[in-house]
Amino acid sequence: MQTKKTFSIKGMHCASCVMVLEQSLKKVEGVSEATVNLATEKATVTYDSQKVTDATLSSAVSNVGYQALITEEIRTEDDEQKEKQQELRALRLKVIVSLTLGGLILWGAFPGLMKTAPMFLQNFWVQLLLAVPVQFWAGFGFYRATISALKHRTANMDTLVVIGTTVAFAYSAFVTIFPQLVTNIGIEPAPYFDTAAIIIGLILLGRYFEARAKAGTSEAIKKLIGLQAKTARVVRDNKEMDIPISEVIIGDGIRVRPGEKIPVDGIIIDGESSIDESMVTGESMPVDKVAGDTVVGATMNKTGTFTFKATKVGGETMLAQIIKLVQEAQGSKAPIQRLADLVSSYFVPVVIMLAFATFAVWYIFGPAPSLLYALLNTVAVLIIACPCAMGLATPTAIMVGIGKGAEHGILIKDAESLETAHKINTIIFDKTGTLTKGQPEVTDIISFDGRAQDEVLSLAASIEKGSEHSLAEAIVKAAEAKHLSLSAVEKFKAIPGRGVEGTIDGKRIVFGNKRLMNKEGVDVSSEGDRIGEMESSGKTVMMIALRQAHGEAFKLVGLIAVADIVKESAKEGLCALQKLGIEVVMITGDNQRTASAIGQKLGISRVLAEVLPDQKEAEVRKIQAEGKVVAMVGDGINDAPALAAADVGIAMGTGTDVAIEAADITLISKDLRSVAAAVVLSKKTMRTIRLNLFWAFGYNVILIPVAMGALYPFFHLLLNPIFASVAMATSSVSVVTNSLLLKRKKIS
Amino acid sequence: MSIDKIIVFIAGVVGIGLTYWFFLANKEKEIEVSDSVDIIVDGGYSPEAISIAKGKTTKLNFIRKDPQACLEEVVLGDFRIRKQLPLNQKITVELTPQRSGEFVYTCGMNMYHGKIIVK
Repeated sequence: MQTKKTFSIKGMHCASCVMVLEQSLKKVEGVSEATVNLATEKATVTYDSQKVTDATLSSAVSNVGYQALITEEIRTEDDEQKEKQQELRALRLKVIVSLTLGGLILWGAFPGLMKTAPMFLQNFWVQLLLAVPVQFWAGFGFYRATISALKHRTANMDTLVVIGTTVAFAYSAFVTIFPQLVTNIGIEPAPYFDTAAIIIGLILLGRYFEARAKAGTSEAIKKLIGLQAKTARVVRDNKEMDIPISEVIIGDGIRVRPGEKIPVDGIIIDGESSIDESMVTGESMPVDKVAGDTVVGATMNKTGTFTFKATKVGGETMLAQIIKLVQEAQGSKAPIQRLADLVSSYFVPVVIMLAFATFAVWYIFGPAPSLLYALLNTVAVLIIACPCAMGLATPTAIMVGIGKGAEHGILIKDAESLETAHKINTIIFDKTGTLTKGQPEVTDIISFDGRAQDEVLSLAASIEKGSEHSLAEAIVKAAEAKHLSLSAVEKFKAIPGRGVEGTIDGKRIVFGNKRLMNKEGVDVSSEGDRIGEMESSGKTVMMIALRQAHGEAFKLVGLIAVADIVKESAKEGLCALQKLGIEVVMITGDNQRTASAIGQKLGISRVLAEVLPDQKEAEVRKIQAEGKVVAMVGDGINDAPALAAADVGIAMGTGTDVAIEAADITLISKDLRSVAAAVVLSKKTMRTIRLNLFWAFGYNVILIPVAMGALYPFFHLLLNPIFASVAMATSSVSVVTNSLLLKRKKIS
Repeated sequence: MSIDKIIVFIAGVVGIGLTYWFFLANKEKEIEVSDSVDIIVDGGYSPEAISIAKGKTTKLNFIRKDPQACLEEVVLGDFRIRKQLPLNQKITVELTPQRSGEFVYTCGMNMYHGKIIVK
């Protein structure tokens, strides 16, 4: 009988593992199909259950060095979600019970309020009875955590809660059981069960809100995972079939219809469409794609139907890479966190020591009844201290900040880069491919001698067709776009550094720069001004001259100007940076004239021209030596050393893998406005972290002395332990909520 | 000063001293790990300090037995790793450290600390 089984595999780390495992599994007699997915680290095997057992599959996997977890229960996101929900429900029940019982005790014990309470609630024994479940059932988690922490000789917030509430509860129980003993030492026997119960209730309430808020900090990853399509319509053996995307293999032809999600990355082989890539790039305008263009998994097909060939699947797709990058970045540590790290490792023991000191000082020097003052102030010190807020201040903001960046197509490699980005005061842009499109286009065609512009373009394109020069491609493309017919060229010759020549219909044609024209004796002086004007606006001008017959002179018949077009978003993007007070510098290998022209067009005053690729890094270091915090934006392999040398390297996602690898921040979209958005995101995240740390530290630094009674000698002011617990419960929640507010902030 | 106050004073000083000794003077010796190690997450990390070799891949298998929310995440900030630790499940983290030194890892709230010493 044919059986299909999916199980996890441990130890996989690369695409070749997939091949090795599949081969090993397929070799097992009785196995008809085996697919292994690297992204999910799972194998799906179809086999004859009469011949194959779990043990044979397991040994086929272990023979090649991996481990099969065949009997392991596969946990899904749903299972974890359910578990989380159950925990939250249990916590809510404890909050309700402890606050209700605590409220009843408070009603029967609080001076003033107790007169309105029924008599039985004022009975100490009834109060003890109500307090026991709160202390030992609702508060059980605190005890459990404390005991296991003490085994490791460490202490945490639970330790403080346990000591504080146990002191209050034990004193109250003693007063209830032995009231006479307390009276004998001159203290009125009054228990503080309300304090212990309400403190537990409020701290649990704080934890409940905190758990709910914390779930929001990792929402970005869930959103990214949710973007993925579930199935793909593959064409195999001329048949279309829907299969789970985990079963798609490289080379599969996949059909996508209007309104469907593109399942994996690939190249369109047939058809055309308009595709909404906003979920990955952050760009709102749909992009038109035709055969030969790449498509990205998880983006949305809008209008047309097309077929594409899968080139990246599983963990190799762009979305999977983004998810991995965001996950890693969210786990990284920002340098600003170091202080909080240092403080938190000593915090709880120091608070316990302060509690001992508080008790002793109040008992020895405090007013009568000094035991009561000592007791209540010690409890207040233990309860007010909140190390959690300090621990949560930086990481929650980093997680939200990095997640928000990913939603806008800004991928930040780690927390340190996010932190450094807010200090940037100079940004160096590589010109070609970053500020410009990197693909020269024909901008002007000027014809002479009564010829049409199209005729000039057609002649130039015909002769350039055989050339490999980058400008030739622009001219041929322009002719193709106008559907011009090209003529056959004879005796073609490329003249390096000058241009090309050839014969069309018996007429000799030369096409190239001024040096070529001079060589052939073509007079271009009448057009000198026009040529100069175009060159100073950053264009490369080429001239075409024609000779009717051998022995005649060449005559200028046209000019064609080619320029690398500046990206639409460049001006706005740079303007946004200048508004932030950041100096913009352009770096390029182009000649000074072209570079200055583009610099002027974009409002860049500092232009570094004629910089050879290997000198870019040195230029970055030179600017750093001026005391500037420098970011470098680039896209090519030659930018990689400069990207790595800069304080923050920013790669355009359309660039090469090498550049992305060397960069700290990758912008998936081509839109240059995202550079400013990345800086703004960093500034806002840092502001949130500082505010969080200010609250977390300020809260502890100010309120612990108040709880110790620092204000008592001057204002007779003391902190009631119940108010201490309110402050503690709100402190962590306020820090997490402040981090979540980052989500609402605009960065572009 | 009455006798009870003297006793409280002495108890306070002893209490502070004991707290310091118990929590802060605690220097656990590190465990040397060659390929993989099981780290039990229960009121802290056990073993708390491990030493691993530079440039070599070592597997850290975290097994959380403690239900408190604080421990449900482990953060190895220096290695850019943040992992959820489902209760009673083995979660493996692979490290190939490129530089030596002491690296502290923590729970999601920075309350519990463990140490990785790369030699």
